[in-house]
Amino acid sequence: MSPVLAGVLQVLALIAALALAYRPLGDYMARVYSSEKHLRVEKWIYKGIGANPNAEMRWTAYLRGVLAFSAVSVLFLYLMQRVQGSLPGSLGFRSIDPDQAFNTAASFVANTNWQSYYGEQAMGHVVQTGGLAVQNFVSAAVGIAVAVALVRGFARSRTGELGNFWADLVRGTVRILIPIAVVGALVLVACGAIQNFAGIHEVGQFTGGTQQWNGGAVASQEAIKELGTNGGGYFNANSAHPFENPNAFSNLFEVFLILVIPFALTRTFGKMVGSIKQGYAILATMATIWVGFIALMMWTEFAHHGPAFDLAGGAMEGKENRFGIGGTSIFAVSTTLTSTGAVDGFHSSLTGLGGGITMLGMQLGEIAPGGTGSGLYGMLIMAIIAVFIAGLMVGRTPEYLGKKIGTREIKFAACYILITPALVLVFTALSMALPTPKDSMLNGGAHGFSEILYAFTSGANNNGSAFAGLSADTNWFNTTIGLAMLLGRFLPMVFVLALAGSLAEQKPIPETAGTLRTQKPLFTGLLVGTILIITGLTYFPALALGPLAEGLA
Amino acid sequence: MNNSVGNTGRLLWAGFRALILLTVVCGVLYPLAVTGVAQVAFHDKANGSETENADGKVVGSSLIGQTYLTKDGKPDLTWFQPRPSNGLGENSVNTQYKLILSGATNLAGDNPELVKQIKQARAAVIKDNSTATYKVRPASIPADAVTSSGSGLDPAISPEYADLQVHRVAERNHLSVAQVQKLVDGHKDGRILGFMGEPTVNVLELNIALQQLTTKS
Repeated sequence: MSPVLAGVLQVLALIAALALAYRPLGDYMARVYSSEKHLRVEKWIYKGIGANPNAEMRWTAYLRGVLAFSAVSVLFLYLMQRVQGSLPGSLGFRSIDPDQAFNTAASFVANTNWQSYYGEQAMGHVVQTGGLAVQNFVSAAVGIAVAVALVRGFARSRTGELGNFWADLVRGTVRILIPIAVVGALVLVACGAIQNFAGIHEVGQFTGGTQQWNGGAVASQEAIKELGTNGGGYFNANSAHPFENPNAFSNLFEVFLILVIPFALTRTFGKMVGSIKQGYAILATMATIWVGFIALMMWTEFAHHGPAFDLAGGAMEGKENRFGIGGTSIFAVSTTLTSTGAVDGFHSSLTGLGGGITMLGMQLGEIAPGGTGSGLYGMLIMAIIAVFIAGLMVGRTPEYLGKKIGTREIKFAACYILITPALVLVFTALSMALPTPKDSMLNGGAHGFSEILYAFTSGANNNGSAFAGLSADTNWFNTTIGLAMLLGRFLPMVFVLALAGSLAEQKPIPETAGTLRTQKPLFTGLLVGTILIITGLTYFPALALGPLAEGLA
Repeated sequence: MNNSVGNTGRLLWAGFRALILLTVVCGVLYPLAVTGVAQVAFHDKANGSETENADGKVVGSSLIGQTYLTKDGKPDLTWFQPRPSNGLGENSVNTQYKLILSGATNLAGDNPELVKQIKQARAAVIKDNSTATYKVRPASIPADAVTSSGSGLDPAISPEYADLQVHRVAERNHLSVAQVQKLVDGHKDGRILGFMGEPTVNVLELNIALQQLTTKS
């Protein structure tokens, strides 16, 4: 069997597995967020928080909950790293410096998992397992909560109430993320991922001498790192490290974990707005882009254009033998079309165009299928833009799912899509204009520029992967990428919730002959086009200077 | 004003309590439960898939690549050699330990440094593996033999790279080419379920088997 055919079969197997999980998981999540009952453990937690889970919140209250919880999380994670040197169970690792601790705290709370540190030498068990991995759960749960609030905005009328943030946060964690993560972690251990609390210990080597290994709760962190589209590796090599991703099956399984919730949320959405078909239209849009990107990535990686790869006879630099080019291409596309950022091969050593595809995936806004929750709300914002454009073409007030897209709504949507490009382009321009940030580049020329463009694209879109040649542990990058991550996560949430509140207050408008059929393939086509055109216009000049210049050279 | 400060304070306090409770659930109970099951059900795997040689001595992990060097740090050509690992590092903080820092070179396809590394690696592969009776054809060198992996710890080489080393290993160990080829063929792992990943040869397991073969004969 040729490697290309094997790659294609792996994509098909993945699609089959995702299709099998789609309905049960999507319906289950809809029940989780609509149910009136509380589990016993949830009641204990609500009691501990002092929150009434049945109290409905308007968008402002919901947003205050999101921001308060996240602010406390940043502070807590920051302090945890700052006192690591005195924490027991930390392998005697010293405390993290202030700029890096801020960057890391912002990164994990913002569901980004950009890492300017080396996991195996910097973070002890307590920070990894009790700090970073906890944010892997709760930042994902916050993302889903905000998406569900937006869906309720569409589903509800004449109320303005969007649900209860604490209930959504706790339910997402307890009923969705933890059960899947437990199963996922055990599957990974069965493949060979490690799961222990051993300290640093010596292991013999074949030709004599020893090597030092760091133990850890790796599989449990790996499972939620993928499932919550977080992406922060226990080890520096991330999912390329054999202890995180031991074989070709675990590799595909990890991609499955990355994609399963974001795709299934479109079913949840369809269920909650009362039209499964609307969910299918969104799903079709996501799937079209995802499949298209994988095809492009496989094409460029197997073609291995570039002087070094031509000489080597294949683009295997930065890739693991057990995954091969097919497995690595699938992973690279899936991790950058979601907000994951885990890598099983190093993106900086992808072909020029391959690197461009990973960047473009993030720049689309990570909506195909996107992060847990953030993918769905990002895509729904794009759908609003698409119906707005369609409305302009025929001269009708645009509407989506029975709600009018008026001035207020389109303003919120427009602000949403302007935030990340502004962060990416302004910070990249500043880094190029200032004298010192450029010193962090590893590669020269177009690829050096790509390293910095990638860093801010990754940060502002909450991805977390990197062209990792960039030495990002400097005051400048720790601070600016930290800010890009926080602003790129929470400012869009402000507009999503404001939009949700505005939609929930409206009364539904009845469907007429003139209503745009947003559940039809025509709309899916319009939506794909809108996404590509908006992103293309925004980022084309920057992409031309980096990956396009490298790939077409 | 006072009221809103109080509200914000109460909200932050609620957020803090939520974080602590969820930390107990996700950061303590969850990893402990997974570790408990993993240690009972998959004890060896959960602890790093340690691998023993014929004498029962632990010589590493079947999952983690290692180097096979002579005392002066050159590749020990008696043994099958792994892929290059130019991205691997040593720890720069917490230097009371000597940890391996996993990682890639991150060099781009048009980087002259990477071109140089690959040129040198190709020359070395040809030189090291050519014997009196066998000359390595440059076209037969697979890409994985001259490139560094993502982790720097790739435990596997491609079957093509293993085949390419057979003549050299046979000569150095005074074995017949057929004997060593048979050993390599027995260690070729196909794709999982026939289509996942790529065929590989695990270098450590192959070398352990080679060691057994040489001590027997």
